[in-house]
Amino acid sequence: MTTAADVTAEIELEESGPASAAPEATATGLFIRPPIQTDQPAWFQEKQFRAWETFEATRLPHRKDQEWRFTTLGKLDLSQYTPAPPLSAAENQALIARSHGNPQVAATMIFANDQVVQRPELSPELVAQGVVFAPLEDDLSSAHLHLMRKYFMANEAKLGSRKFSALHQAHVRTGCFIYVPKNVHIELPIEVFHWISGEGAATFPHTLLIAEEGSSVTLVDYHDSADRRQTGFTCGVSDLYVGPGAKVTYLAAQNWGEQVVNLKINTAEVGKDGHLTSLHVNLGGRYSRLESLNRLAGPGSRSDMLSSTVATGTQEFDQRTLQDHLAPHTTSDLLYKNSLSDQSKTIFSGLIKVAPEGQKTDAYQKVRNLMLSDAAEANSMPGLEILADDVRCTHGATAGHVDDAELFYLESRGIPRLKAQQLITQGFLTEILDRLNDERVTASLARLLNEKFARM
Amino acid sequence: MSTPKAQIDIDRSVGDFHYPMDYAFDAGTGLTEKTIDYIADVKGEPDWVRDFRKHALRVFHKKPMPTHWASKDLDSIVFDDIRYYLSQGTKPKRTWDEVPDEMKKTFERLGIPEQERKFLAGVEAQFDSEAAYSNIKKAVGDQGVIFVGPLEGLRDHPEIFKKWFGKVIPTSDNKFAALNSAVFSGGSFIYVPPGVKVKHPLQAYFRINAENFGQFERTLIIADEGSEVMYMEGCTAPKFETATLHSAVVELVALKGAKIQYITVQNWSNNVFNLVTKRGLAMEDAEIKWIDCNIGSRLTMKYPGVVMKGRRARGEVISIALAGEGQHQDTGAKMVHAADETTSNVISKSISVGNGRATYRGLVHVPRHLKGCKNNTECDALLINPESRTDTYPAITVRGQRHAMQHEASVSQVSAEQIFYMMSRGLTEGQAMSLSVNGFVNDLVRQFPMEYSVELKRLIDLQMEGSVG
Repeated sequence: MTTAADVTAEIELEESGPASAAPEATATGLFIRPPIQTDQPAWFQEKQFRAWETFEATRLPHRKDQEWRFTTLGKLDLSQYTPAPPLSAAENQALIARSHGNPQVAATMIFANDQVVQRPELSPELVAQGVVFAPLEDDLSSAHLHLMRKYFMANEAKLGSRKFSALHQAHVRTGCFIYVPKNVHIELPIEVFHWISGEGAATFPHTLLIAEEGSSVTLVDYHDSADRRQTGFTCGVSDLYVGPGAKVTYLAAQNWGEQVVNLKINTAEVGKDGHLTSLHVNLGGRYSRLESLNRLAGPGSRSDMLSSTVATGTQEFDQRTLQDHLAPHTTSDLLYKNSLSDQSKTIFSGLIKVAPEGQKTDAYQKVRNLMLSDAAEANSMPGLEILADDVRCTHGATAGHVDDAELFYLESRGIPRLKAQQLITQGFLTEILDRLNDERVTASLARLLNEKFARM
Repeated sequence: MSTPKAQIDIDRSVGDFHYPMDYAFDAGTGLTEKTIDYIADVKGEPDWVRDFRKHALRVFHKKPMPTHWASKDLDSIVFDDIRYYLSQGTKPKRTWDEVPDEMKKTFERLGIPEQERKFLAGVEAQFDSEAAYSNIKKAVGDQGVIFVGPLEGLRDHPEIFKKWFGKVIPTSDNKFAALNSAVFSGGSFIYVPPGVKVKHPLQAYFRINAENFGQFERTLIIADEGSEVMYMEGCTAPKFETATLHSAVVELVALKGAKIQYITVQNWSNNVFNLVTKRGLAMEDAEIKWIDCNIGSRLTMKYPGVVMKGRRARGEVISIALAGEGQHQDTGAKMVHAADETTSNVISKSISVGNGRATYRGLVHVPRHLKGCKNNTECDALLINPESRTDTYPAITVRGQRHAMQHEASVSQVSAEQIFYMMSRGLTEGQAMSLSVNGFVNDLVRQFPMEYSVELKRLIDLQMEGSVG
C-alpha cells in the first residue's frame, strides 16, 4: 500500500536525499589557482590573492542551503571549465560584426573572452563633461583610482553566491567601467557586449557603474555565445551605484548558448530620491542563476525590477532577489515573468526586507509563471521580512496556463493552435518591455526575444 | 500624521495557575532507552509499540535540529532537563466523581466540563500525560464511533489503528515527530464508521501542569467512507520559569467522501515551545480542513498539511496567529496535491504586537503528470508596534501546465484614519485598536464554532487591553 509517507518523501528530499554538491578534491578546471596578473597594480593583485583564499575557504553550495533550495546543483561542476583564451584577430572581427544593439547608441564596448576587442568612442561633449566609459583595467591605475578602490567588488554576495563572487574576483581581468558625473545626462544608451567562444571556456564579465547625484544613464548589457552548441561557464558581477536623485536604467540580455552554465551577481545601491530600473531578459544557458540585490539606501529611493524569461528544452533558470529597504519612504516594484516549455525549470526566490528604519516603505513583488508543458516545473518562493510597522508590502506568485478563451478566439480567426499559444506567450513576456515605454532602448531586447521564439 | 503606537501589555494571568500534584508515575528527566522501557512498562504496551518507540528514539538522536531554516531559539531547548513521562495512573477516569478534587479545581478555573459536556458529544480532558477524564456520550458510542486514548486504541483496536498509525506522518518526518513517536502518551484515537455523521464536535482539553514537563500527545482520526467528524482541541497552560516543550503529532485520514474538521485554539503560556506536526490524508472526494489559532507559547512551529491523494480531494487551512511580546508564531500550511483535480485553500492572518514575530511558512507541491489542480493562498499580516515583525516564506512547486496556483500576501498596519474615526465617536484608543484587530480576523473567526469564536474574541480583547497608553 502506498501511504502519505511515499508522497511526502518526495518533498522531504531536503531532509534525506544524498548530497549532490560537486567534489572539490582534485584541482582541475576552475579549481586551479589562476596566475597572478602581473600587469595590474599591486592593490588589485592583493585583492585577487585574497579572493582566491576566500574561494578556497568557502564551501560549495549544499542542497540544504536555503539560498540553493530547488537548484539542480549537479549542473554546477566547476572542474569542467578553463579560463577562456584570447581569440584571433579574425575571430574578434567576426564577433564585432555580429554585435547588433539598438539603432542609436551613445557608445559601444565589445568584449570577447574577457578581452576588449572594441573600445568605445564617446562624443567629445560627454568626454568634456567628465563621463568615463572605459575598460576596467584603464582605470585601475588612472585618475579614477580612488573610485575604483572604493567601489570595485565592494559588495558582498549575500544571496548565496559568495564562493562564486570570490571566483569572479580572483579571475576578473577586464570589464566595463562607467562614471557619470553630477547632473550629467546621457540621452542615448551605452551598450556593452560580452562574447564567449571555445568549448569549455570560462569568462568573468564585470560591470561597474557609478551615477553621481542628479545624473542619468541607460546601460544595455548583451551576453552571447559565438557558437551556441559550445559548453561554457560564465560568472559575472555587476555593481550599480545610483546617486541622490540620479536615474539609471539597466538592461541585460542573457543570450548565452544553451550549453553554457552561468551565474550573475547583481548588486545595486540607490541613494536619496534616486531611481533604478533594471530589466533582465533571460533566454540562453543550461543553468542560469541571476542574483539581484537592490539596496534602497536613501530616503525616497525607488527600484523597479523587471524580468522576462523564456525557458525551453531542459533549461533551468534560478532567480534570487532581495529588495532591501533600509530607509524611509522607499519604493520597490518587482515583476518577474517566466514562460516554461518542454522540460524546463524555473526557480524564483524573492525577499522583501524592510529594516526598522524603513517606515513608509511601499514594496511590491510578483512572479508569474506561464506553464506551457506538462513536464515543466516552476518553483516560487516569494518572501517577506518586515521589521517596520508603517509599511505597505504585497507579494504574489501565480502559475497558470494559456487562457482557453484567448486560444479559442485566435483559433476562430484561423490561427493554428500552436501559433496562437506562441503569440499569447510572446505577448505575456513582451509586456515587461512595454513597462519601460522606450522602444529606442528595448528594440534590441524585443528582437532577441523574437529570435528565441523563432528557434522554438 | 503619525499612527498611534501601541504599548501592549498582555494579560499573562490567563492559564497562569497550578496546584501541587502528587505524580504517581514519573519517568524523571532526560531521555534514554530506559525512559522508553519505563513508559512501555507502565503502560503495559505490546512489544511492537515498544520497538516503534525505540526506533523513533534512534531517529530522534540522529536528526539534526532544523536550525538551518528555523529559529535559532530551538537551541535553547535542553532535552536532558525535560520530563518525558508523568502520569496520574494509566487508566482514564470514566466518571466525574472519580476525578481527584485538585484536578477538578484546575478544570473549573478553565471553565471546562460540567456545563460544556452537556452539549459536547464527548469530553476528553487531558491532565498531564494521561487522559484523566474521558466521557463519550452514549449516542456517539452507539453510532460505532471509537473515541479513546492511543494506548487503548492500539491495544483494543489494532486492526483499525495499526494500519494508519505513523503512516501519514512517518517517524523520520522531522526531529520532533521522531521525539513524539518515541515518548508519546495521551491524545485521542478516533474512528468514525462509514456513513456516520457525528453531529456534535468531539473535544479534548490539554493541559500541562508540571515544570519542565513536555507533553507529547498523539492523535489519529480515521473517518471512514462518507463519514463526517469535527474535532476540537484547546489548550491553556500554567506559567513556569523554565521552558517547557510540547510536541504533538496529529494524523488524520479521510477515506473516500469523508470530511474531517480539526479545530485548535492554542494558548500555552509564554515559556512553552510548541513544536507540532499535523498532517491529513484525503482520499477521493474527501475533505480535510484545519482551523488553527495560535495565541500562546514562546515559539510555535506548526504547519498543518493535507496530502490530497484521491481525485477531487480538498484541503484547507485557516490560520490565525497572534504574536505578542517575546513570542514567535511560526505557522503555515503544507499542501501536497497527489491526484487530479484536487483543490486546496490556505488563508492565514497574523497580528504582531510589541516585539512579537509572526511567520508564515508554506509549501504547495504539484508533482508531474497531474491535471486540474488548484491552490489559492492568501496571507495577511497586521503590524501593531514599530518593533513588531512579520515574515512570509512560501514555496510553491508546480509541474505541468493544467493547473492554477496563486499566492498573495500583504502586510499592513491598523489604519490611523480608522482609529481616529472611532475615537471621534467616543471609543478609547485601546477599544478602537481592539475593534480594528477583531475586524481584521473577523471573517476567519466566524469559521470557528460559536463557543470558540466567543472565546477567541475575548482573548484578542485581552491581548489588546491597554495596548495604547
